[in-house]
Amino acid sequence: MYAQMIKSTGDGVKSLDEMEPQERAFQERINAGGKIEPKDWMPEGYRKNLIRQIGQHAHSEIVGQLPEGNWITRAPTLERKAILLAKVQDEAGHGLYLYCAAETLGVSRDQLTRDLLSGKMKYSSIFNYPTLTWADMGAVGWLVDGAAIMNQVPLQRTSYGPYARAMVRICKEESFHQRQGYDIMMKMAKGTPAQKKMAQDALDRFWGPALMMFGPSDENSVHSAQSMAWKIKMNSNDELRQKFVDECVPQAEYLGLTVPDPDLKWNDERGHYDFTQPDWDEFFDVLKGNGPCNTERLEARNKAWDDGAWVREGLMAHAAKKRAAKLAAE
Amino acid sequence: MSSPETKPYPGTQAVEHGKARADEWPLFEIFIRGQHGLSHRHVGSLHAPDAEMAIKNARDVYTRRNEGVSIWVVQASDIAASSPEEKGSLYEPANDKVYRHPTFFDIPDEVGAM
Repeated sequence: MYAQMIKSTGDGVKSLDEMEPQERAFQERINAGGKIEPKDWMPEGYRKNLIRQIGQHAHSEIVGQLPEGNWITRAPTLERKAILLAKVQDEAGHGLYLYCAAETLGVSRDQLTRDLLSGKMKYSSIFNYPTLTWADMGAVGWLVDGAAIMNQVPLQRTSYGPYARAMVRICKEESFHQRQGYDIMMKMAKGTPAQKKMAQDALDRFWGPALMMFGPSDENSVHSAQSMAWKIKMNSNDELRQKFVDECVPQAEYLGLTVPDPDLKWNDERGHYDFTQPDWDEFFDVLKGNGPCNTERLEARNKAWDDGAWVREGLMAHAAKKRAAKLAAE
Repeated sequence: MSSPETKPYPGTQAVEHGKARADEWPLFEIFIRGQHGLSHRHVGSLHAPDAEMAIKNARDVYTRRNEGVSIWVVQASDIAASSPEEKGSLYEPANDKVYRHPTFFDIPDEVGAM
């Protein structure tokens, strides 16, 4: 997902009886559906994990602007350009909502930025793939934002108040993103044979990476069990991936496009589609930094940060000057 | 700056509430009044060099879909906040004053709506 492979404490989930009174009260509050707020007591693991998860989620929103930003100047019509611009601006907004939630846990914005720029913190693997044609804007909105919605809707009920509130805001806006993507796919799929071919090619390239967004199977992972007990993860990766496939297949059929999986088949018994797992070796390789665009993405973020330094400093100096002038006038 | 709700976090350069970090724009808490006669409501925070820029940034970050008609920005370090430990002394006194709620009083049906 937007936050993949977040490792929590590997100790396994403690039972209520094993907890000290403070932690027990904390866990009971979560079990009862209560919210944890920034000033409340929380286990150090909960805080650390959330910082990593929300931070990675925020970084994904920010880096996620790059593959789509690639097409703003080349959108086929002025309307498509305006829509894409608005969509990419939303992603910046989502990053900011999430950074602000992470900051309530005591980490500083600059620290989070530094950890992204140095490669210490990760962002979603999906954004390390290139966007080669205009149809990719369709596939990204439809599949990538579609997968994000799968994960983010349940997170509106997450136990950490500021995170849940950020998710509510994000989910309200995300539906626009998915629909504008599907709208592009509809236009392309019903266009000339060449356009339809582009749409199919985009689906072919993004299907696997979109399935990877949910992360590898975590049915037996202690990390996952702890995150679920803390309600900072609401569903297993496989559960969400299945839901995503079940939803996308009919949508692809409507477009007249073929999901690139020869073994994709409706399973009457399970009431779900059977499908082929994505290439997990590729996934781990991309996470390690060897995807097609890892270097380019981080370079772009670093360049933006460095090139913006004079603006940040200049505005600070200007604010200080104004403050001094105001003081002198009083 | 750290949020009024923030605790310092070891391993980062988190600082005491109200103290500025050397290399970061201060944090502003943002309040938006919607269109339907409700009061300003806290929507989140953002960093800006000063209040004027905070309002401009808040417009872009928090009102892209007509969410509001008025923006307040307050530097986070200027907000005083209660803490969870004060819950008892602050809110418990209200618990034994149930007569403040209208349902405390039984009014006979004959009296009509009241």
